[in-house]
Formats: sequence, C-alpha cells, structure tokens
Amino acid sequence: MVNLTKRIGALVLRLAAFGAALAALIVMVTSHERASFFAVSLEAKYTDMAAFKYFVIANAVVSVYSFLVLFLPKESLLWKFVVVLDLVMTMLLTSSLSAALAVAQVGKKGNANAGWLPICGQVPKFCDQVTGALIAGFVALVLYVLLLLYSLHSVVDPFLLQKS
Amino acid sequence: MPGEKILLAGGGTSKSWKLLLALRILAFIATLAAAIVMGLNKETKTLVVATIGTIPIKATLTAKFQDTPAFVFFVIANAMVSFHNLLMIALQIFSRKLEHKGFRLLSVAILDMLNSTLVAAAANAAVFIAELGKNGNKHAKWNKVCDRFTTYCDHGRGALIAAFAGVILMLLVSSVSISRLSINSKKSSTAAAVASP
Repeated sequence: MVNLTKRIGALVLRLAAFGAALAALIVMVTSHERASFFAVSLEAKYTDMAAFKYFVIANAVVSVYSFLVLFLPKESLLWKFVVVLDLVMTMLLTSSLSAALAVAQVGKKGNANAGWLPICGQVPKFCDQVTGALIAGFVALVLYVLLLLYSLHSVVDPFLLQKS
Repeated sequence: MPGEKILLAGGGTSKSWKLLLALRILAFIATLAAAIVMGLNKETKTLVVATIGTIPIKATLTAKFQDTPAFVFFVIANAMVSFHNLLMIALQIFSRKLEHKGFRLLSVAILDMLNSTLVAAAANAAVFIAELGKNGNKHAKWNKVCDRFTTYCDHGRGALIAAFAGVILMLLVSSVSISRLSINSKKSSTAAAVASP
C-alpha cells in the first residue's frame, strides 16, 4: 500500500513538473509587445535574446522528456537510466533559468558600465510575461530536484528499508 | 518501482575509487582555474569618448568582472564547487575505510548532484552574458564591449572554457558517485546482498 502511494506521488510530481515546464515554454513563446513613440516602432519578442531562445528549447526538451517518462512501465529496466537523465534535465533547467534570469536582469536594470540601457520601461508587458515564464521555470526546477531525489531513492535503496 | 532493489553495502570497487579520485582532481583544477581567471579579470583603457572641436576628450574606463552580476555569480559558484571537490578529495583519501558507515555515500552523491547543477547554472549564465558583450544586441540597442576591451574578453573566454570543462567533469563525478551507491555482485569488494522482493 505504501508502494502504491509512493508511486502515485511520484506520478503527480512528474505531471506537475511537466505542467510547469510546458507553462514556462508557452508563456515565453507568446510574449511579444510592440511599442511605438515618435514614429519609431520597437517590437520586443523572445527571439531577440539568445538566452530566451535557449530557455524555450530547454523547457521544450524537459516537457517532452517528462511526458515520455510518465508512461514508463513499472518493471522496466530503464528506471536506472532515468536517474542520470533526471540529473541531466535538472542541469538543463538550471542553466536555462540562470541564463534567462541574467539577461532579464540586464534588461530590467541595465548595465551602467557597459552603457546598456534598461528596456523594461519601454516594453513593460513583455517584461512581465518574461518574469512569469521565469517563475514557472523556477517551479519546474524545484519539482525536478525533488524528482531527482525520488528517482535516486527508488532505484537504490540507501536507507536499507528492504530487508534481505 | 523496478522489480529488484539493490541494497547499499560498502561502496564501490577500488577501480571506481581511483576513477572518482582522478575525475575529482580534474574537476577541482578546472573550476578553480575558472574562478581565479575570472576573479582577476580586469582591464583599464583610456578611450576617446567625445571630440569637441579638435580636442578629443579621453576617459579612463575600467572593465572588471564585478560590473556584471552574472560574472560575480560565476566566480562565487566556481569557488564553491572547487571547495566542495577539495573537501570530497580529502574525505576520499583520508577515510577510505569508513565509506560504508551511515549516510556517507548518499550524502556525497546528493552533494555532487547539487553542485553539478550549480556549476552548470553559473557557467551558462556567464556564457550568455559574454555573448551579449561580444555581439551586442541590436534589438535592445546594446553595443558590443569586446571590440574595445579585447584582453578582458579573452580572459573571460578562457575562464568560460575552464568552467564548461568543469561542468562535464562534475556530471561524470555525479554519475560515478551515484553508481557507487549500489553494488553489483560481480564487482563488490565487501559483502553485499541483492534483494528481490
């Protein structure tokens, strides 16, 4: 009975992680804003920054992977492989979130020493949507860290809970 | 859950011990090099900022890594991960006999996984900011930095390469640590039991 609740808990976690990564992906892709002043039109899309493109790609990969693992049967030998793949996906998620956050921070505050002006004042709706996508990405990351610890626990029994 | 669970018992073989030690030493060197090279990254240059009439106005500008929060995070994270590797090397060398006691192997594996994600995040943030500095961004009207501060960019590039080598090495270290948690009866060095419920 405990096994069944653990397995359902793991499935719920993975479904939530899939949902969060998908949400981050969708919110980032649909973020664009056109602002115009003095007959100069400025359009901000997620493809302007390389870091945001990488964020979209990384979250897409994680979403697809989560969706596939949801259907992995219980007795498959691939669960041992899932541990290392979960670690790789967590590294992908942290790196994409960290890069997007670094670039978004420059967009919001600018960099006085490099002469880079902040752009959030001109396209506030774009900035808000990017912030939302980053928060969803952070939630996906936290869930993936928990999933990583859970996969480690389910493949290897380090607390010696199974008596021989 | 898989049909068979493997009990934890004594750690891996001496071959995996040597492999882990070698990988850890390389990861320590790589992350330490990245932290030091970026930490000492500074360039001062006198540039012509504007021209009034025929008199050029010169200003002395300094490019240092503290200007960019991503590089500060890079230096701190690489220093932390190299310190973690140093600690683990010391633990591995000096208390080899006590490896199977308690949660030692599990905590080493978890710490390795967390630190590998940390160094991946730091290296990636720095590389995207460096790409902004090298190519600029014409949509946001951010101009390049690298054409004026070439030494700064070169040192940064070296630090980034070292950090990415550290990322790959930390991934390998985590994998070997995780594999040392479980015992294969063919290559165990202490008594192990494989349970099939």
